[in-house]
Amino acid sequence: MKYLREEIFPTKFCSGCGCGTVLNCYAHAIDELGLNPENIVSVTGIGCSSWIPSPYLKCDTLHTTHGRPLAFATGVKIMKPDMDVVVIAGDGDIAGIGGNHLIHSARRNLDISVFLVNNYIYGMTGGQVSPTTPMGHPTTTTPYKNIEHPMKIAELVAAAGASYVARWTTYNVFPLMESMQNAFKKKGFSFIEILSPCPVAHGRKIGMREGQDYLNMFKEKAIKIEKVKNLSEKELEDRIVIGKFVDRERTEFTESLRKLNQERIGK
Amino acid sequence: MDYYENYLKKFEGKTFFILGDEAVAYGALFARCNFFGGYPITPASEVAELIARLLPNVNGYYVQFEDEIASIGAVIGAAWAGGKAMTATSGPGFSLMQENIGYAVMTETPCVIVDVQRSGPSTGQATKPAQGDVMQARWGTHGDHEIIALAPSSVQECFDLMIDCFNLSEIYRTPVILLTDGEIGHLREKMVMPKLKDVKIVKRPKAKDNKSVFGGQLIPPMMEFGRGGFIHVTGSTHKTSGMRDVESQEVHEELITRIYKKIETNREKIVRIEKKHMKNAKVAVVSYGASARPSLGAVERARRNKKKVGFFRFITIWPFARKQITELGKQVDTILVPEMNLGQISREIERFVDCEVISVPKIGGIVHSIDEIYAKIKEVV
Repeated sequence: MKYLREEIFPTKFCSGCGCGTVLNCYAHAIDELGLNPENIVSVTGIGCSSWIPSPYLKCDTLHTTHGRPLAFATGVKIMKPDMDVVVIAGDGDIAGIGGNHLIHSARRNLDISVFLVNNYIYGMTGGQVSPTTPMGHPTTTTPYKNIEHPMKIAELVAAAGASYVARWTTYNVFPLMESMQNAFKKKGFSFIEILSPCPVAHGRKIGMREGQDYLNMFKEKAIKIEKVKNLSEKELEDRIVIGKFVDRERTEFTESLRKLNQERIGK
Repeated sequence: MDYYENYLKKFEGKTFFILGDEAVAYGALFARCNFFGGYPITPASEVAELIARLLPNVNGYYVQFEDEIASIGAVIGAAWAGGKAMTATSGPGFSLMQENIGYAVMTETPCVIVDVQRSGPSTGQATKPAQGDVMQARWGTHGDHEIIALAPSSVQECFDLMIDCFNLSEIYRTPVILLTDGEIGHLREKMVMPKLKDVKIVKRPKAKDNKSVFGGQLIPPMMEFGRGGFIHVTGSTHKTSGMRDVESQEVHEELITRIYKKIETNREKIVRIEKKHMKNAKVAVVSYGASARPSLGAVERARRNKKKVGFFRFITIWPFARKQITELGKQVDTILVPEMNLGQISREIERFVDCEVISVPKIGGIVHSIDEIYAKIKEVV
């Protein structure tokens, strides 16, 4: 509890929501790493998962406009390079409206940790289709069915140039916690896509009314990345590829900015 | 070590022959700006190009972002991390920034936005000047708020007002807009850099604890990230502590009224105008920015021809110089308002005077000529 703003509890998350699990994993991850919450800035956008840090995390918190937390976080990290900057936000927020900033923050390889909670839906606004809603799912704004392809966010961020990319579900709490620690430790853009239940806004339209339904689904559909090499795109269509996608060394942005300044000062 | 002091020494006191946009960049540096987030756009790109060259020399940071939304977002983030941050853009980019400008108003974030106005709406005449963003600067973001916007009429003023913009943003903890235009931005003329010791720099008041970073007094002190304050910054309606409270009518009313009053009650301290040849004047030519230059030329020609015409210029566009314009309206019978739009400030003037107000619009990407304004003067004198 020392990492949380106790006075705000209980949380406003719906029953069965995965945000509590992410919050729990996060608190354990920073506890095990021994991080000082005074040295953490959490930046977030608009949506259910943005409420994980705002206001529940006890650290400096910047609750920004919809889709823009990565842009705000860039300004924070540049001016405070010694602080741990973490962005926790949803699929609609940083893959949908703010998708451009996601690509470019990964490209710059800005040294922040991004935990994207993908619940397949715009939950806070009542269950509208999101860029990650599976094809065929009905939502309030795709009343017949969703006819669009969902976005593969982790793959996109890996291709954009991040140092560390992983995908887990809220069923895989221990690997997720470990992955969060790796994300914090990694120099560069560290990104974890976390698939998370939303039985209230997403599940109710597809007969998954309990959080447990999602955990069963995650358990059933998940496949480790190590095992997908010989599988076709068709075979993977309905599977959830989990694990570490990328873990590499790549020049980090704020360090490069500082080096440039060192070259210039005194000239 | 003060990198600014060391680096700016080579500029202080010197005379330059430069663009208005470049003067903006130098002004920002003299104001100790240390973060610039931007996106290229005509006619504002020269601000970014020069400041990208200058900032690394003083250990400041320039970042070109993927768009204007990210630029202003990073500027606000940098400000909460203790930076003196700015961006520069033109109409289309200024439109994109509006939501986050509202965020800066709501979170009381000091920062400076330079809008080098160009002809619109939309892509319009992308390379040509206009003054069409006057009302966008005032009301571009949604919700009730006050804003500060200054309008330079010369290259020297681009430099001087840039420093004022930073100081005002620090004093009132609010975003401040330098509302310049493509004509002034691309105008090349003489300007003199001040002596470093003569440049007054205001620093934001710092909070001792996190209890009242968002209220408790008209302009609350700020606490930057990393000070152990567990600061909670949100664009949602919030209590004095910063914690979100979007249900209570009272909390919202108190917050928004206070943010509004920060500027409203200090109107007379913020407002700056310039008056010339007002003695005995029965007609006044009222203008600002680029169009103030031919306005003054026309007034001076009228005076040479013994016509009782005076000149009044807004340096502060917002908050509006209500009191000063009301007084002017009592002295003269007619106010002529040349501006490079279809009468945005002219209509604002009408709200505060009883005399006749005549809009003298000029759109299409060129500034009024002295002849055009003088012809209007002759019609009414």
